[in-house]
Amino acid sequence: MTGNIPITKTYKLFIDGAFPRSESGRTFSVVNPQGELIANASQASRKDLREAVRAARSAQNTWASRTAYNRGQILYRVAEMIESRKAEFLDLLKSGGVNSRTATREVEESIQRWVWYAGWSDKYSQIIGSVNPVSGPYFNFTVPEPTGVVGIIPPSEPSMLGLVSRLVPAIVSGNTAVVISEGHSSLTAITIAEVLATSDVPSGVVNILTGDQTDLLPWIIGHLDVNAVDISGINQDVDLTILEEASSNVKRLVSRKVDEESLELISDFLEMKTVWHPIGR
Amino acid sequence: MSTSTITSVETGLPIRVTPVDEVSLEARASSLATRSIKTTSKRAALNLSIRCIDLTTLEGADTPEKVASLCQKAKRPDPANVDVPQVAAVCVYPEMVEHAVEATKGSGVKVASVAGAFPSGLSTLDARTADIADAVRRGADEIDIVLNRSAFLAGDEKRAFEEIVASKEACGEVHLKVILEVGELGSYDKIRQASMLAMAAGADFIKTSTGKISQASSLPRMLCMAEAVRDFTYHTNIPVGIKAAGGIRTAKQAWHYLVVIAETLGTDWLNPERFRIGASSLLNDVLLQLKHLDSGYYSGPDYVTVD
Repeated sequence: MTGNIPITKTYKLFIDGAFPRSESGRTFSVVNPQGELIANASQASRKDLREAVRAARSAQNTWASRTAYNRGQILYRVAEMIESRKAEFLDLLKSGGVNSRTATREVEESIQRWVWYAGWSDKYSQIIGSVNPVSGPYFNFTVPEPTGVVGIIPPSEPSMLGLVSRLVPAIVSGNTAVVISEGHSSLTAITIAEVLATSDVPSGVVNILTGDQTDLLPWIIGHLDVNAVDISGINQDVDLTILEEASSNVKRLVSRKVDEESLELISDFLEMKTVWHPIGR
Repeated sequence: MSTSTITSVETGLPIRVTPVDEVSLEARASSLATRSIKTTSKRAALNLSIRCIDLTTLEGADTPEKVASLCQKAKRPDPANVDVPQVAAVCVYPEMVEHAVEATKGSGVKVASVAGAFPSGLSTLDARTADIADAVRRGADEIDIVLNRSAFLAGDEKRAFEEIVASKEACGEVHLKVILEVGELGSYDKIRQASMLAMAAGADFIKTSTGKISQASSLPRMLCMAEAVRDFTYHTNIPVGIKAAGGIRTAKQAWHYLVVIAETLGTDWLNPERFRIGASSLLNDVLLQLKHLDSGYYSGPDYVTVD
């Protein structure tokens, strides 16, 4: 046998722990900054979105009912898995036109950020929650709960840090996520999906679609079973009247900058529950 | 399996029970499951699915109140939309029949009762027929009994047959559905044979499963039973109804069953007089699909009742 024929990877979607092609059969070409074809990726349709939301919804209760400690451990594990595949992520980022030094910094920062949020899993509720003084014989306390299913439209640049910065604060508290990635950053997103699939994150907690964010935006905004949508990746020339739809189904919209790393980003996707409990024997 | 014959109680004529070609049966069932229903027909298919539902609650924890709320849902599946049709029937235990009759009075929703030592069917025949007669006396419009799989699988088809005849007598004019519990029969040949046996003994409906075992209804099994109904009807001119139950939870699954029925038995069977789906969670999924058709938005379980 002379010479190896390179086996190129088929980038597919990540729904409910599996890697299906788009039900529509459509794909799109991912090119590097020189315009050369790097890969073909699946272009998700609204039906793929529907399936992803269904998977996220059915995984949400069990994910949220894991202990905070356990969720933290699982997320640490993901960071370890990314660490061991560092080289692959570096190559991917470089193929998108990022120089070697910046790429290294981005991958390292992504791992650090992943670990940072993982650490918050059993700590945020003590900080955000409260015991409230009330005039009556009651204990009154406020506890944070995950909002449910979160749609995430991450910024495409920087592709890895952008996704990690938006995804981890959403899922650490027990939300499940449907991510929509676009263009070259789809490759990073699906590679992260491969990491998730081989770590201990239960199926359906993170679902990743690739394709056209603008195309899928109205469907995720209008979907009644999605509780919040992170629109950090939507650029301003999109018809923003679409976002008004979110108010018709009381959906929370969140937009953050990539360099933000704070507890507030976790509370973006929390609901506060206040409980009155009578004092007495 | 070789060909056997069975004699119909009503016509007195023998019917040949031919063996089943397992491979082509499964191939045909899976090809029918790929049939897509276009948007223009979707609403009709969804409404038809609802009209054919036997809304079921068969749990030890059933209470009169739970049955009453089930009946409300049966009469008016979507409180916000009067265009959604009511279901065919509610299906309950005999103890709950009177409550269901009371709650559905005047609505046209029928009351079906399981009876005859459901789900095993293994008490004495006298006890079973008394159970059936009791459910009828309480006002059930339809009775769902189980085939005596124990006798049938032991080779005593005669006894299984005669017990259905006796049950039919206990029912009087009330419709009798015979549950074959196909998951326990072991092969398509047995399913076909049991279907023929039940129909020949006078069943008005044959039904796939009790819903109490995990190996319940499946599309090939339904197709096998539908083909038995087709052949029986061809020989006897008696149109027997067919009911799918157990594990049917999504609108899409319901469509697959509708397609199998339409392609095997014809559109004469696409109505609640001849086709039923026994289900509880299916109704909510169908309602969600209807909401999607109406609004254009994907809906979610927060927007239908928790049963």
